[in-house]
Amino acid sequence: MNKTVNQKAWFFVIPVFVLVAFNAIIPLMTVVNYAFQETFGNNVFMWEGTRWFKQIMLSERFHASLGRQFLFTFIILFIQIPLGIAIALTMPKEGIGVPVCLVLMSMPLLIPWNVVGAMWNIFALPDIGFLGHSLNALGFDYNFTQQIGDAWFTTILMDVWHWTSLVVLLSYAGLRSIQPAYYQAAEIDGASRWAVFTKIELPKMKKVLTIAILLRFMDSFMIYTEPFVLTGGGPGNATAFLSIDLVKMALGQFDLGPAAAMSLIYFFIVLLVCWVFYTLMMRNEAKQ
Amino acid sequence: MKKAKWLVPTIYIIFLMLPIYWLLNMSFKTTTEIINTYTLWPQEFTLDNYKKIFTDSTWYTGYLNSIYYVVMNTVISVAAALPAAYAFSRYKFLGDKHLFFWLLTNRMAPPAVFALPFFQFYSSVNLFDTHVAVALSHCLFNIPLAVWILEGFMSSVPKELDETAYVDGYSFWRFFFKIFIPTITAGIGITMFFCFMFSWVELLLAKTLTAVAAKPIAATMTRTASTSGYELGLLAAAGSLTIIPGAIVIYFVRNYIAKGFALGRV
Repeated sequence: MNKTVNQKAWFFVIPVFVLVAFNAIIPLMTVVNYAFQETFGNNVFMWEGTRWFKQIMLSERFHASLGRQFLFTFIILFIQIPLGIAIALTMPKEGIGVPVCLVLMSMPLLIPWNVVGAMWNIFALPDIGFLGHSLNALGFDYNFTQQIGDAWFTTILMDVWHWTSLVVLLSYAGLRSIQPAYYQAAEIDGASRWAVFTKIELPKMKKVLTIAILLRFMDSFMIYTEPFVLTGGGPGNATAFLSIDLVKMALGQFDLGPAAAMSLIYFFIVLLVCWVFYTLMMRNEAKQ
Repeated sequence: MKKAKWLVPTIYIIFLMLPIYWLLNMSFKTTTEIINTYTLWPQEFTLDNYKKIFTDSTWYTGYLNSIYYVVMNTVISVAAALPAAYAFSRYKFLGDKHLFFWLLTNRMAPPAVFALPFFQFYSSVNLFDTHVAVALSHCLFNIPLAVWILEGFMSSVPKELDETAYVDGYSFWRFFFKIFIPTITAGIGITMFFCFMFSWVELLLAKTLTAVAAKPIAATMTRTASTSGYELGLLAAAGSLTIIPGAIVIYFVRNYIAKGFALGRV
């Protein structure tokens, strides 16, 4: 759509700008304030320069939680995106099955995150949980509160349970927008199922899939509540992802300086990835 | 082949329903049964857990608090986002692209980064432990989302609609409320659904900004889990009840979801 230049449009944007600025800029400045200073309470501050940043960048603890965070995000993307596409491809296209699938599949998205954690905790308990009990009955030595591998397995399974539906819904919406004429043409040409998928369906889903990957990357990168309730970051620090580690540092130990520096580095990483995705997305849109 | 196609969604839905079933199962059991035996369905079916929640004010006020700030946030977000989304979809203005990206970055900001400064900031303006504080803080991620979705819907409405209305002598605001808003009701519905959803499921900020008066249900649950022993049955009942508002909302918007995702670029 060709838009007209109109500077008065700013008046329409002002309410949004004020509300978001109120919530984003003032608290962010507080973080910046803490990141460069040392405080002993009573509003006494001492300038520390970049000391906290150096300390965080060099700390093993930050490297470890950052590593865990990237590993977790890549694993869940690797499972959720193909699985979501596969389910969307097999979903019914008309009839009563459509609303039934949509409503049931959306259920996990609307459960408060700590309830998701609590629910999976109850579900996975080795003695009274269905998952834990069944796995142990099958001969696996499963206990997610004790063993690191089991804790990771449970956290990832929980995230797959929680968020795959979002990928399904997006892919399904993308598939629905394909005109039947494309499929008819493919049939006349005698295209295989695989060719239909790679040549017609996948390109048409490209836009929604970018959004799905972007959203899943961001949300999994800031995951906090669900693993916190499920494992509490344990056993040890095995599932302490970035947000969990950050909250522990800021509110648990009250190391405000390093925590603020870590916040800024954390935010910067998210911003960087977000900018790359956004630029790619806009470039794709401009091409079309 | 035709039969096998039903298999994948069916298995997936069973996988989704299992933990939910387990939660419901637990909520109808007595504490002794939960601790002592492993049963696939309640042997001594009881409604005591639910009774406790509906009679104890610390529990049910939690629900009311949550619903109160979620509704407040949804109304604020959509009301503020409507004109802004219109501006982004119809006009070019100084810094529009940067502003749009800046808004989006706030959707991407990890709430953990903001938890502590929010606490200090809202305490200093005397809004700590109020519904308004939570509703306003959730604007941080809901307003950018609302603008993003609404802009997608508005861009799919041809500009000729606006121009015809002006030729017919409509003033801007009359056109906006009488013609434009009715044409995008589906989009507004979807937007409200997402605002409701993200405000309802968020806990970190809601918990940080409240103590007693505006405590959300989810925080009440966390407290119960840690202080009063391990009342799993009660916890399960409270958890089961938090699923209901979402299920109701999703039932009403089921036909718009797929469409909304496609057009709204969520």
